[in-house]
Amino acid sequence: MSKVVSMAEAIETYVEDGMTVCLEGFSHLISFAAAHEIIRQQRRNLTLCRMTPDIVSDQLVAAGCVSKLVASFFASGSAGSLHELRRRIERHDPVPLEVEEYSHYGMVCRYQAGAAGLPFFPLRSYAGSDLPRLNPRIRLVEDPYGEGTVYVVPPLNPDVTIVHAQRADRHGNVQIWGISGVQQEAVYAAGKAIVVVEEIVDDEIVRSDPNRTLIPSHAVDAVVVCPRGAHPSYVQGYYDRDCAFYRRWTAISKDSGLLQAWLKEWVHGTANHEEYLDKLGGDYWDDLAVAPRFSEPVDYGSRK
Amino acid sequence: MTTARVGAISATEVIVSVAARELAGKGRVFAGVGLPTLAVDLAKRTSNPDVELIYESGVCGAHPGAMAEGIADSVVVSGAESVVSMSALFGYVLQGGNVDVGFLGAAQIDRYGSLNTSIIGDWDKPTVRLPGAGGAVEIMPNAGEIFVVMRRHDPSAFPAELDFCTSPSPVRARAAGDGIMPRGRGVTKVFTNLGVLSRQGPFDELELVSVHEGVTVDDVRAQTGWELKVADDLTVTAPPTGEEIHLLRDVIDKVRFYLR
Repeated sequence: MSKVVSMAEAIETYVEDGMTVCLEGFSHLISFAAAHEIIRQQRRNLTLCRMTPDIVSDQLVAAGCVSKLVASFFASGSAGSLHELRRRIERHDPVPLEVEEYSHYGMVCRYQAGAAGLPFFPLRSYAGSDLPRLNPRIRLVEDPYGEGTVYVVPPLNPDVTIVHAQRADRHGNVQIWGISGVQQEAVYAAGKAIVVVEEIVDDEIVRSDPNRTLIPSHAVDAVVVCPRGAHPSYVQGYYDRDCAFYRRWTAISKDSGLLQAWLKEWVHGTANHEEYLDKLGGDYWDDLAVAPRFSEPVDYGSRK
Repeated sequence: MTTARVGAISATEVIVSVAARELAGKGRVFAGVGLPTLAVDLAKRTSNPDVELIYESGVCGAHPGAMAEGIADSVVVSGAESVVSMSALFGYVLQGGNVDVGFLGAAQIDRYGSLNTSIIGDWDKPTVRLPGAGGAVEIMPNAGEIFVVMRRHDPSAFPAELDFCTSPSPVRARAAGDGIMPRGRGVTKVFTNLGVLSRQGPFDELELVSVHEGVTVDDVRAQTGWELKVADDLTVTAPPTGEEIHLLRDVIDKVRFYLR
């Protein structure tokens, strides 16, 4: 059975106002195209969950889609600050943003607990840190097998998780290589999962390399084909990170007027991701092209 | 190396060069966001070609073909020895006790090496909202030792009391007395624009072990928010060599991403 739908249809069907939405991808494989469609469809009061908010969160928050952010790192990697987030948090400008904060492994453990149906997940961190005081959902429990205590985090079960990947078959068997982050855990933790891919491939291609299928079709509700849908983040083997855009974003997001103008021109001003790509122009991709670097084939063998 | 140097050497170049030298002989190094990423690149080309680079994106045994503009850059993936999921990276590699040196940046540090990467000012309405914990909370207690780079050495960055403790030292963890105690020593080296600070045991205090050229001990004391201990065998930091400067400027960071 094919689960392939358009981006507009996927967002319309699965993302409703007030939902908890996970949009994962660690620098690699961030579905900007899905986020832009959420902005176009003007969803409101979302709880956005992302380990590393990145530019995509600055955009979703500035567009008025998000009322709460659940995250563990509030910057654009080494590229600098996310100024819309900082305005909201530091000056409550134009309104405050509710934040629930964990460490990276705290978020990973939340997804693992959510995916595995567990009530909490323990970790070795947080002794002496102010994070549990900032976020009372990080709690201390007795070690039932020892004499000490251990900090735990609660499960995260989003209404919907959206991830980007290199490829899938039409059933939703999703293959990822390069940095895989928490894509698998975030999908399994979700009520519904949308996977956006660079391309749909034949069933036989997926079956030729089953170890590369990090997300099996049984965990996926919708597959969206959206080439270059992770721009300005990257897709290993398809196109590189648009580092120049990441560097430019600091200046754009520093000025809320510029940021709003950017959203108007590049998101509201384009009907879909194809128009966004047309607007960037065909030549734009020359700088982001990557040279092929194939892995050696592996032999799965088969009984004669 | 005695190659002639060109142009004034920046504090960033000093910090990164000195930190890279201190990575000599270290095994598995977990490189954090920002200057650590640049310093491990330099170390791999100079003091420690065999250093095993780990990034919190899940990349283990990285062999980047170009400077990484981040810990999850595609160049740290291509040619790497392994890429694991985040649950494996944090759960098994780091929490399992397999990292020798964790290498971090911070906005504030206290005398025992606790770090603040979260908030300056009020927690509810901060003066500056910093990037936050990221993996720093996990790296601090689970790596054998921690190196820290601080671009600014002044009383606000070296306060008597942190505005917020993101990553606690073993001293602070012991005082809190809850959760699982750190397995590592905490911060052992701090590289700043004025000098190098060091501490040995998990419950020791930081002390000044070297000052950069043109900096006096009194300068450093005046810029530190507590009564700073000074090592008996205090030295003057050997400045970056011509080769180190050449590599940083002309080979590694040609776009001036970190050397801005």
